[in-house]
Amino acid sequence: MNSATLLPALGVAAALAVALGAALGWLAARLRPDADSLIERIDALLPQTQCGQCRYPGCRPYAEAIARGEAGTDRCPPGGEATARALATLLGREPRPVDPLYGETQPPRIAVIDEARCIGCALCLPACPVDAIVGAPRFVHTVIESQCTGCELCLPPCPVDCIALQPSPAAASLPQASTVSL
Amino acid sequence: MSARAVLRGGLRLESHKTRPLEQPVQRLAAPTTAVLALDQGSGEEARAIVPPGACVRVGTPVAAGRGAAADLHSPVSGTVRAVEPRPTVGGAGTCVVIDSDGRAEREPASRPLAWATLDGAALIERLAAAGLAGLGGAAFPTAGKLALARAAGVELLLLNGAECEPWICCDDALMRECAADIVLGARVMLAACGAARATIALEDDKPEARAALEAAVAEAGDERLEVVLLPAVFPLGAEGLLVAAVTGREVPQGALPPEVGVVCQNVGTAAGVARLVTAGLPALTRIVTVTGSGVRRPMNLEAWIGTPITELIAACGGYDDKQPPVRLVAGGSLTGRALGSDAVPVTKGLNCVLVAAASDLPARTTEMPCIRCGDCAAVCPVGLLPQQLHRAVQADDAAGVARFGLADCIECGCCDYVCPSAIPLTARFRAGRERQRLHEAERRRAAEAKARYERHRRRLDEQAEAERRAFEEARRRARGDGAGDR
Repeated sequence: MNSATLLPALGVAAALAVALGAALGWLAARLRPDADSLIERIDALLPQTQCGQCRYPGCRPYAEAIARGEAGTDRCPPGGEATARALATLLGREPRPVDPLYGETQPPRIAVIDEARCIGCALCLPACPVDAIVGAPRFVHTVIESQCTGCELCLPPCPVDCIALQPSPAAASLPQASTVSL
Repeated sequence: MSARAVLRGGLRLESHKTRPLEQPVQRLAAPTTAVLALDQGSGEEARAIVPPGACVRVGTPVAAGRGAAADLHSPVSGTVRAVEPRPTVGGAGTCVVIDSDGRAEREPASRPLAWATLDGAALIERLAAAGLAGLGGAAFPTAGKLALARAAGVELLLLNGAECEPWICCDDALMRECAADIVLGARVMLAACGAARATIALEDDKPEARAALEAAVAEAGDERLEVVLLPAVFPLGAEGLLVAAVTGREVPQGALPPEVGVVCQNVGTAAGVARLVTAGLPALTRIVTVTGSGVRRPMNLEAWIGTPITELIAACGGYDDKQPPVRLVAGGSLTGRALGSDAVPVTKGLNCVLVAAASDLPARTTEMPCIRCGDCAAVCPVGLLPQQLHRAVQADDAAGVARFGLADCIECGCCDYVCPSAIPLTARFRAGRERQRLHEAERRRAAEAKARYERHRRRLDEQAEAERRAFEEARRRARGDGAGDR
C-alpha cells in the first residue's frame, strides 16, 4: 500500500473522529440528565406530610436522597404501598413494601388539641411543618383541620400532652356502588 | 322532521310502562311532615336558611342554591322542626324537616308572572328564585343552564321527552296530560335563553304523547316549535346522545351542549316553568312513577317534593303480598340506585320508584372472568371499550383509565346488561371515578402542604437570620462601647 492512498484515508478517519467526538461531547453536555427534574418528579409522588419518618427532615430532602441513590423507596409510611410502587416504577427499581422500621402505614389522621388542657405555651407552633396550628402565647391553640397532615411532629414539644391524633374526617371511605340491573 | 343520526350501540328493551299509564296521574295530598333534602339529586347541597322553629308557608324559600344546587321551597305551611341528617335518595344528607299545620297557607308573593314583558336575564332570575331544577334526574338548576346557554348564544332549545328506561313513564304521562304546559314552558324558556327555535324530542313508541304535543303546538301557533320523533333505543334520553341524534352534532369531550349551540331541558322542567308563569308557584311538585311487580297498583303520582316514599307506595295500594318486594330502586332499572329505606323523601331528581319483586330481577349469577367477547363494546352508546376500561380501572392504572375514556362513560348500564360474565361494569366505573376524585383531592392537598411547608421553612430561616444579625449587632455595639470606656 502506498502513502498516496493511505494518507487521505487516514485524514478522513481523523477528521470524522474529531467531528463526531466534538458532536458527542456537545450533546453530552447539552442532554445531561437533569438531577433537579428527577428530584421534582420524585417529590411530586411523595405525600408531603413532612413527617420525617424516613429519617430525612422532610419530603424534599428524602426525594434528594432517593435521587442520589442513597435511600430506598421503602421509607414512606404515610404514602403506603401506592407511593412505594409509584416511586419504584419511576426509578425502574424493584418495588418493595414499606419497611416497618420507619413506621406503619395507617389511614390518614389529623392532630386535635384538647383545648381544656392547652396552656398556650406556643411550643407546638414552630414544630408544625405546614403552619396548621393557630395560637399565641397564653391563648388556647387549635389545629386547622383542612391543613393538618397528621405528621405527629407537634406531639413531642407539647409539655402537657394535650395533642392527640384522630382519624381524619376528610378521608371518607369509598362509597359502596349500589347500581342494580334488572 | 325525523332524527338525523341514529344512535350507535344502545339496547332495545322490553317496556314495562303500560300498567302505570292505564290511569291518569293522581295528585297526592301534601305530607304531614315534609323532609326536604338539601341535595335534590345534583350532588351538591343547598344552604339551609331557616332555623328550627321558624314558621314557613307554601312556597317560602328554606334553602338558598349554590353551584349545582337550586333554591328550595317549603311545600307545606307550618314550623321547621329540625335541620338534620336523614336517609335520602343519595344515601344520607342534611334535610330540612317541616311539620305541616294542615292549613296550606300560600306565600303572599306568589303571583302569576307577566313573562312576555320581561327580558331574558330577568326571566332567568325569576326561574332561579323559583328553584326550578332539571326534573329528568340530574336536578341541575334550570336558571344556571339557561344563563350558560344565553351567554353562549345557543340556537336550539331541545326539550327532552325521550324516556328510554324500561320502567319510567312520568314524562310520558306528563306529555299526554299537560302538553299545553310544556309548550308554554318552552316558549318562556326560548325567551329566557334567546334560542331561535325549540324542538320537543320523544320516541316513536309514545303515540298518545306525540298526538297531544302536536295538538298543543298547533294550538299555540308558534312556528318556532316542532315535535321530533326518535327511535325507542336505550339510552337515547341521555343529554349528549339526544343532542347528537337530533342535530347530528356531537358534544365534544368535557364540554356541554351549548358548545354546539343547543341547550337541553326536560319536558317536566318546561311544565314547571309554565306553572311558575301561570300560577306563580315555585318548584314544589313533580310526577313520580311508582312501579314494579312489588306494588299493588303501579301509577304515576304528582307528589310534593319532600313527601316520604312510603306515602307514595301507600297511595298505590301498598306493597303486594303475593309478590313481596325485594329491592327498592330510585330511578330506572338500568341507571337507578338501590334505596336503603322507603322513608327517603321525594326530591326534584327522583323520577321513578321501582319496587322490584323477585320476578323483576335477573336470576342471581356470580361474576365470571371477562371472556373478551366484545358485546359491551358493541352496545356502548358513546363508543368506549368497556372491557379494556374495566381492566384499567381494576388495575388502578391512571394512564389506561384516561386512554379508554372513563370521563366519557355516561353510566347507562348497557354493558352490564349484555355482559355474559355478569360483570358489574357500571358499578366498577362509578367506583373508579370516585377513586379518581379522591386521588385528585389528595394531590391537591399534597401540593398545598408542600407550599405551606416551603413558606414555613423560609420564615424560620429568615427568623434565624434576623436573630443572628441582631445578636452580632448587639455584640459589636457592646465591643464598641467597651472600647470607648477604655
